[in-house]
Amino acid sequence: MNHIAVDERGYYGEFGGAFIPEMLYPNVEELKNCYLDIMHDPDFEREFRSLLKDYVGRPSPLYLAERLSEHFKTNIYLKREDLNHTGAHKINNTIGQILLAKRLGKQRIIAETGAGQHGVATATVCALMGIECIVYMGVVDIKRQAPNVARMKMLGAEVRPATSGSQTLKDATNEAIRDWINNPEDTHYIIGSVVGPHPYPDMVARFQSVISEEMKWQLEEHTGKQSPDLIIACVGGGSNAAGAYYHYLNEKNVRLIAVEAAGLGVHSGESAATSVLGTKGIIHGSRTLLMQTPDGQIIEPYSISAGLDYPGIGPLHAHLISSGRAEAVSVTDEEALKAGFFLAKKEGIIPALESAHAFSALHKIDYRREDVIVVCLSGRGDKDLETYIRYLEGGVPADSLGSAETI
Amino acid sequence: MNRLTHLFSKKQEDLLNIYFTAGYPNLEDTGTLVLALEKAGVDLIEVGIPYSDPLADGPTIQESGQIALKNGMNLALLLKQISIVRQNTEIPLILMGYFNQVMQYGVERFVQDSVKAGVDGVILPDLPLYEYEQFYRSIFEEAGLQISFLMTPQTSPERIRKIDQLTSGFIYMVSSSAITGGKKDISEQQLAYFDRISNMQLSHPRLIGFGISNHETFATACKYANGAIIGSAFIRALAGSENIEQTCLQFVKMIKEEEQCLNFKENKSGLI
Ligand SMILES: Cc1ncc(COP(=O)(O)O)c(C=O)c1O
Repeated sequence: MNHIAVDERGYYGEFGGAFIPEMLYPNVEELKNCYLDIMHDPDFEREFRSLLKDYVGRPSPLYLAERLSEHFKTNIYLKREDLNHTGAHKINNTIGQILLAKRLGKQRIIAETGAGQHGVATATVCALMGIECIVYMGVVDIKRQAPNVARMKMLGAEVRPATSGSQTLKDATNEAIRDWINNPEDTHYIIGSVVGPHPYPDMVARFQSVISEEMKWQLEEHTGKQSPDLIIACVGGGSNAAGAYYHYLNEKNVRLIAVEAAGLGVHSGESAATSVLGTKGIIHGSRTLLMQTPDGQIIEPYSISAGLDYPGIGPLHAHLISSGRAEAVSVTDEEALKAGFFLAKKEGIIPALESAHAFSALHKIDYRREDVIVVCLSGRGDKDLETYIRYLEGGVPADSLGSAETI
Repeated sequence: MNRLTHLFSKKQEDLLNIYFTAGYPNLEDTGTLVLALEKAGVDLIEVGIPYSDPLADGPTIQESGQIALKNGMNLALLLKQISIVRQNTEIPLILMGYFNQVMQYGVERFVQDSVKAGVDGVILPDLPLYEYEQFYRSIFEEAGLQISFLMTPQTSPERIRKIDQLTSGFIYMVSSSAITGGKKDISEQQLAYFDRISNMQLSHPRLIGFGISNHETFATACKYANGAIIGSAFIRALAGSENIEQTCLQFVKMIKEEEQCLNFKENKSGLI
């Protein structure tokens, strides 16, 4: 296996690049020219590390889930990103990008959000730095993730409803990009996943790579070895997965499992299983796999989990899956909900619906008794309680299983 | 000769390029619109291929695209419509779309079918210069399909030279850093940018677009470039239209209105 990293032009194999209108070119070019220098600057490094430690609460624990392991007859470790400040891995990236934005002299931050976790993480770091923050969120998502909308507002961010198209994450991203076009000089766009034009996928992956950096020494403490046999993570755009895989990308003995949302079933027409349903094309400035019609119109995905409800995947994941380096698994709404309840009862941990998808994959892959498996528990389930409760009270309610438009 | 090249060889001033979204307001309006715009005195026409996710466009063009898609418009149908109307007109036609649509159709097939249908040029705002130069330039050049690249107030002089070199039709000067559909007046800052670009003596004609919406903004754009492109304002005019021909006539008249005044202003500015 060749060394897996982004090349000079922002490609992982045939995926990536920067397919952006000229209006965005100066911003993206500035970022491309500066991000590595800034990230490697000792000053930046010090500030980033100290905020991750004292503000986010890193390192996040690596926890041996004994009752879960017993049930599945293997060795399951949970990487506890749910214990980070704001309750998900998203803040690793927003801390990094806000420090970067400061060094680029930007005074205004924009972001897109689906589940609201990235929006909250962005609003949080903007409050921390005293910088204006505008978060675009699809109208459909504003309804299904109300607690996070309230949190963003309390943190001082303006939440702007994305009313175009299907009014979910894809359209929130379009609106954020349009905002950036309209505000080319003072604004930095904090993208929430390993998507978008180069250098975003690589930059976000680097900020999230702290997840696997910690896994190395934590696993060594637990097992005497730095490497697990399998890493399982859910993939919306793919940032928690990219972070969990990062330092193992070139260790081909470490199996990488990418879990996608199958919604009502991969072929039900209400799904977000991009690696199965997607074809090569361009979304949000990146050449990757995406769900589209033969004419190249982007198809609206569906998942009960707002964070996985995205019609593309980051170019790194398109490359990993297409080349066989990562294995893709699809998990339905119902399977994810069940896994969420199971984890709550077995381990006393209520996972985010996104992360619940990752757990459900344990039913779908083969592994050995002696394997060491790390599941990236990307976030906590507080934001999803309402959905969980509705499921508890009489099966899955029609409106959380219907297409996003009907909510 | 390519119809665009022919046009620019006989006319270098006050070129009026009108944009409409194919399939809007109705699926079969393409031919009617092209002929009506030509009759109304438009010099060249930009036909938008409707797209689900038009990143560079404001709400007006987005909505027209969504309606067009609902009406059933697609690239193959559009090319068929163009080939039919092409039998009755020699007006230069430009296709505007996003690169994903072209990728799915197949770049080579797109270029060939476009030329066959009578398309003269294309605008693909999210096709990067680099990708074009490396992978697609020869396909376009061999087929004789022209391509216009965009520049903005933030584009560096060095990059403008590159754009001038790779463009084969006209250069699309984005009037300000914005998505389409703005309605503001033209600012001093924009004038300075127009001036700066005029002074660069580029080898291709320049048309100014984005936010050109009435006689005044059109006239200003024409002072600083070879002409201007109007999109959202025309789509808005079409929205309530009962009679397309009538709307086209009135709209173009409104834009060109004080033609003599325009010349007068030009003379005056020449004196100052
Ligand atoms: C808890 C959690 N996990 C996963 C995701 C999916 O994003 P990504 O694939 O970038 O990790 C989200 C997105 O909102 C999330 O909130």
